[in-house]
Amino acid sequence: MSLSKQDVKNAAALARIEITDQEVENALGPLKNVFTLIKEMEKLNTEEVEPMAHAQDISTRLRNDIVTERDQREALQANSPAIEKGLFLVPKVID
Amino acid sequence: MEWETVIGIETHVQLSTQSKIFSGASTGFGAAPNAHACEVDLALPGVLPVLNKEAVDKALRFGIATQATINQRSIFARKNYFYPDLPKGYQISQLEIPIVEGGSLTFRVDGIEKTINLTRAHLEEDAGKSLHEDFLNMSGIDLNRAGTPLLEIVSEPEMRSSTEAVEYAKTLHALVRWIGICDGNMQEGNFRCDANVSVRRKGDNALGTRREIKNLNSFRFLQQAIEYEARWQIEQIEDGLPIVQATILFDSDSGETRLMRTKEDAHDYRYFPDPDLLPLVIDDDWLVTVRSSLPELPKSKAKRYQSELELNGPDVASLVSTLEAATYFESTLAEFDKKTTTAAAKLIANWMNGEIAASLNRTQKDFSECPVSPLMLSKLITRTLDHTLSTKLARLVFEELWAGAVSVDAIIKEQGFTQISDSVEIESYVDQVIAQNPQQVEDFRAGKNKALNSLVGQVMKLTKGKADPTQVNEILKAKLA
Repeated sequence: MSLSKQDVKNAAALARIEITDQEVENALGPLKNVFTLIKEMEKLNTEEVEPMAHAQDISTRLRNDIVTERDQREALQANSPAIEKGLFLVPKVID
Repeated sequence: MEWETVIGIETHVQLSTQSKIFSGASTGFGAAPNAHACEVDLALPGVLPVLNKEAVDKALRFGIATQATINQRSIFARKNYFYPDLPKGYQISQLEIPIVEGGSLTFRVDGIEKTINLTRAHLEEDAGKSLHEDFLNMSGIDLNRAGTPLLEIVSEPEMRSSTEAVEYAKTLHALVRWIGICDGNMQEGNFRCDANVSVRRKGDNALGTRREIKNLNSFRFLQQAIEYEARWQIEQIEDGLPIVQATILFDSDSGETRLMRTKEDAHDYRYFPDPDLLPLVIDDDWLVTVRSSLPELPKSKAKRYQSELELNGPDVASLVSTLEAATYFESTLAEFDKKTTTAAAKLIANWMNGEIAASLNRTQKDFSECPVSPLMLSKLITRTLDHTLSTKLARLVFEELWAGAVSVDAIIKEQGFTQISDSVEIESYVDQVIAQNPQQVEDFRAGKNKALNSLVGQVMKLTKGKADPTQVNEILKAKLA
């Protein structure tokens, strides 16, 4: 697939990255290379290969259902820019 | 033009674990803001999620109870979006391979059995809460709920009316409580439904464009929202206007739905497998353990009650509506021997669906908290079966038991509640009533049957309800003949 400038802008918007036109231009080349690499890899026959969800072929560890964490709110909020009544304050958001 | 409503439902069921799905913080409700939000829930740098075994166990219980396929290897994915109550910038969920696929749910609507197929059920974490009202130009963020384990259960679009949708939701709600995976407290958001609604002309095969109503946390709202939305869509189409795929909200104050976002500005979630989590593998032994730990399911109990105990459909439906009710019923029934089982079963059902249900309802209790224990109820029924108590007297004894008395026989003795079955004694009361009411006697003899009821009533009053009305009736008739 060919990557357009608009694709780069959309990807930046989704990732909340502010990007100038010059930066879009600069990013386009390296990103295209990634797609070229993927294209190259698609030539391989993977019919017999089972899809992997993780680079390591092992399964997840599980924990027992026990509360191990105590309330550390004060410490955890120590470096927050704004807190009130135990809440983190952020610029107003309405979805 | 005849229209058909098509509904599919997604339900977020909060799994009743002590700790969160990927961290050791408490899931307890009502704590001070952020007191239950640990480093993992806050997504501080360097933390890693570790899956809670109990959350997996509960998902397996659901899969087995709905005869679904369990994927013994499932994977977790990141669902990416930005919102302040989601500190990681993504929600851990399952996409390509969920833990549970397929399965079905069966219930009755207007006496007709209906089976709805399930698409899937997957594990995911809940987000935190944003509070927009209290702060000037700021939103307050409480992350206590962030990381709470959820099972998202998705149905196929197989419901055709708001009534069916509500029955589906009620059946699902009862099931998740029955198998002990969710507390089902809807006010606390333990059980939240999204309804996908579309309409089409009756007979059409293609589905219409759907709109998704988010976050319905009561059965009444679910019903109202679907009805309003279906009506709105039909009017829209009849006016020649298009339906645009969208996410909408239900305003319970106005009873209307309103637009939240359309498909154009829908999120692009960019799902990909979460590199922090390895695939979840369930071995056969685990499945065997879960299967053997499940209680007998409502459907199977209902069948058994009907065939073995000869109870009718409506009676049975309420007996298996909650695990507490079914347990109460079975504990009471266990006090009777084989010979009296069928007769007792009917009486237990009558008490449970009548007096007890009403009293529990009044005091907001469930059957596990009933002050009249199964043993007490069985004694009470035994005394009706052996004719010591009339129905009326039994009710009086029940009231005493409800108020705190413990022994049925002691109440009968103390209050002199024993039924008068001695016909000589009843005859003396009957004679008294006949002598005192010449007018009614004359009326009855003149063919007014109503007069007899009045006379029976007078005898019952004289005996303080301790006579058997049928017997009084017979004696009166014989005397007046």
